[in-house]
Amino acid sequence: MEPDIKQQLGDILSDYEGDSSELIPILQAAQERFGYLPEEVMAGIAQFLKLAPSAVYGVGTFYAQFKLTPTGKRTVKVCRGTACHVRGADRILQEIERRLGIKPGETTSDLEYSLETIACFGSCALAPVMVADKTVYGRMTPPKVAQILADSN
Amino acid sequence: MVDFDEIRARANSEWQALEKSARPSIFVGAATCGRAAGAGAVLEAINEALTRHKIEASLTQVGCLGLCYAEPLLDIVKPGRPRIHYGNLTPELASQLIEDYLIKDNPHPELALGSSGDGTLPDIPRLYELPVLKPQVRIALRNCGLIDPENANHYIARGGYSGLARALEMTPEAVISEVQKSGLRGRGGAGFPTGLKWEFSRRAQGAPKYIVCNADEGDPGAFMDRSLLEGDPHAVLEGILIGAYAIGASEGYIYIRAEYPLAIERLKVALRQMQDYGLIGDNILGSGHSFHLKIKEGAGAFVCGEETAMIASIEGKRGMPRSRPPFPANSGLWGKPTNINNVETWANVSAILEKGAEWYAGYGTEKSKGTKTFALAGKINRTGLIEVPMGITLEEIIYGIGGGIPDGKRFKAVQTGGPSGGCLPESLLKLPVDYDSLTQAGSIMGSGGMIVLDEDNCIVDTARYFLSFTQAESCGKCVPCRLGTKQMLDILEGITGGDGKPEDIDLLQRLSNSIKSGSLCALGGTAPNPVLTTLRYFRDEYEEHIAERKCRARVCPALTTYYILPDKCQGCLICLRNCPAEAISGDKRMVHVIDQSKCIKCGVCLEVCPPRFSAVAKVSAEEIATPTEPVPVKVSKPGKDTDSK
Repeated sequence: MEPDIKQQLGDILSDYEGDSSELIPILQAAQERFGYLPEEVMAGIAQFLKLAPSAVYGVGTFYAQFKLTPTGKRTVKVCRGTACHVRGADRILQEIERRLGIKPGETTSDLEYSLETIACFGSCALAPVMVADKTVYGRMTPPKVAQILADSN
Repeated sequence: MVDFDEIRARANSEWQALEKSARPSIFVGAATCGRAAGAGAVLEAINEALTRHKIEASLTQVGCLGLCYAEPLLDIVKPGRPRIHYGNLTPELASQLIEDYLIKDNPHPELALGSSGDGTLPDIPRLYELPVLKPQVRIALRNCGLIDPENANHYIARGGYSGLARALEMTPEAVISEVQKSGLRGRGGAGFPTGLKWEFSRRAQGAPKYIVCNADEGDPGAFMDRSLLEGDPHAVLEGILIGAYAIGASEGYIYIRAEYPLAIERLKVALRQMQDYGLIGDNILGSGHSFHLKIKEGAGAFVCGEETAMIASIEGKRGMPRSRPPFPANSGLWGKPTNINNVETWANVSAILEKGAEWYAGYGTEKSKGTKTFALAGKINRTGLIEVPMGITLEEIIYGIGGGIPDGKRFKAVQTGGPSGGCLPESLLKLPVDYDSLTQAGSIMGSGGMIVLDEDNCIVDTARYFLSFTQAESCGKCVPCRLGTKQMLDILEGITGGDGKPEDIDLLQRLSNSIKSGSLCALGGTAPNPVLTTLRYFRDEYEEHIAERKCRARVCPALTTYYILPDKCQGCLICLRNCPAEAISGDKRMVHVIDQSKCIKCGVCLEVCPPRFSAVAKVSAEEIATPTEPVPVKVSKPGKDTDSK
């Protein structure tokens, strides 16, 4: 493990006691710090919690929140909830896919943008909804996509 | 030790000071949905206006009143006047309103939704007499949108924690019997009697005992629990404390979705205030009862809403369900007795202990007591968060509260219960909303998502949508769920993709039955419901897709074709320039033509074609004769009618 990563992981782990029930919060904290879960970080966490690396990997792959590859500087999330679906979320997603040239779960090659879909943001009254970084945009239309992607640059 | 009467007296005087203040009070709805609608900019504008005019006023951020269609919302109370609720604000309007009402005393009735509290104002209707609110009974949502969710004193002054104080003077058995008498059933969807569940945990052997609050609101199209936690977290926390006392639990967890950052923040603030007041921790209010509560953030897995999967997730494992028995009441978290209830259930518990079981049981039907919250969304005029007495009809909700379908479109179906529920047709609009009626109709109450579909929504596409969700969220443990949902999805994609076969319908039925009987948990057990109900009520749409390759709603791309009508096209180039697939050929004043082999059916041409031409048609199972190459437009029109950009 690179010394820098090792030190950052040590910082994170110092907040925990080493009980296996802490695995998910630790993974969340590690992802917050590194942007994704590098393999050596997962191995370090396994050692700390006295778990098999496969157990940590198993949890990391089970939950949608965890990413095993680097993500872009900006994350665009499209809600695919029911209210958004019936109000045309597919077309919003298609427009973003077309503009960024990536599919959900992918990152642009310049590591600028990642695209994700989310089951539901719970902002159904404003459907269809997308989120760029942490801002929620409601009542989306395909032309608004271009504007938002341009604004966030 | 702090005395509760003392806490309450202090809270009352703070609330009175706000209500009877000589200064005006301003309230802005700043829940997640309000913020997305622009509440942040409205807040800034108000602050700016107050400073500019040197007005002394209190400004409070409140949760969601449920009138999502009118967000952003703003309330103003002038001393001695009723509270006026304004909707659909922009920063400019808000700023104007501050100046005009607070300085010039013009309340702008045309901007007001209504008024509440003592007194009336000319030309402003009473808010709770409006069709959207009159049929509602707000018990779980009693404080949402009215109080500052980050101020425990507001909650206490409106009766909060007096239910807990009352419970602590009763025996735990008496508390359980009170909840049983109220008739409360689990609001997470399954409707199991809450008091009975508590009794199982109370009687179970083992220590410590755990309480879990299920705030993993995963159903797409549901946001009741988010709004409740953002708008009135103490109502939920008080319920949890009462449950912990009744069961004898000393530890608890709130399992909440990470997608709800504001709700998590509000819970953290509320927990700190409870500690300050001695309402949580050791020896609560001097009763000798102790209870510790932690927040666990979910990591994005729908199946974790299932009890046993949630337990595995809290323990730090993959969130996969296990077979029951043993039930969590006997063997839950770390093998200890565990009682899990949903957010809304807990908010009802605190109200029941405050006002009594008989009061609560006075609402609702014989077997479904009390009220239920619903997130009303989709093709409806007044989207919002509503709470209605059980037994109200779907029609009263959709047409009364929701104000019907927008744009003069025709109602097609209402979807309840999310991916575990079903689509109910127009003929069932008189159905009373209670656990048993909805189950009989093939749907479920569910946690409270209610999505309205109109004639422009395809019913087969809706079923496909839900199956794509459950298929992706299946944890993979039970083969019928893991592989069966995949097969069902493949078949549905075939039907919507124009490759449906007549035998598909029978196959869907058979697969549905196998998945229902062969899955451990409710995810698999209910996953076929969206398909089964749509086959039951909308079979003709499936048959049309298969036999005629027709999608009557013109939603399924493979069954839909766009044409440019030669007698209407004026050759303005707008659609040609906007087509992302470069499928349109033509020239100025030449009729444009779509190359069907290149068309990706995105519909951009239909959207951008100027309404005065309306030259793009979208059809299914129908052919329109068009030229193969661009030809000159037939009718010559004055130049101003063509685009000359």
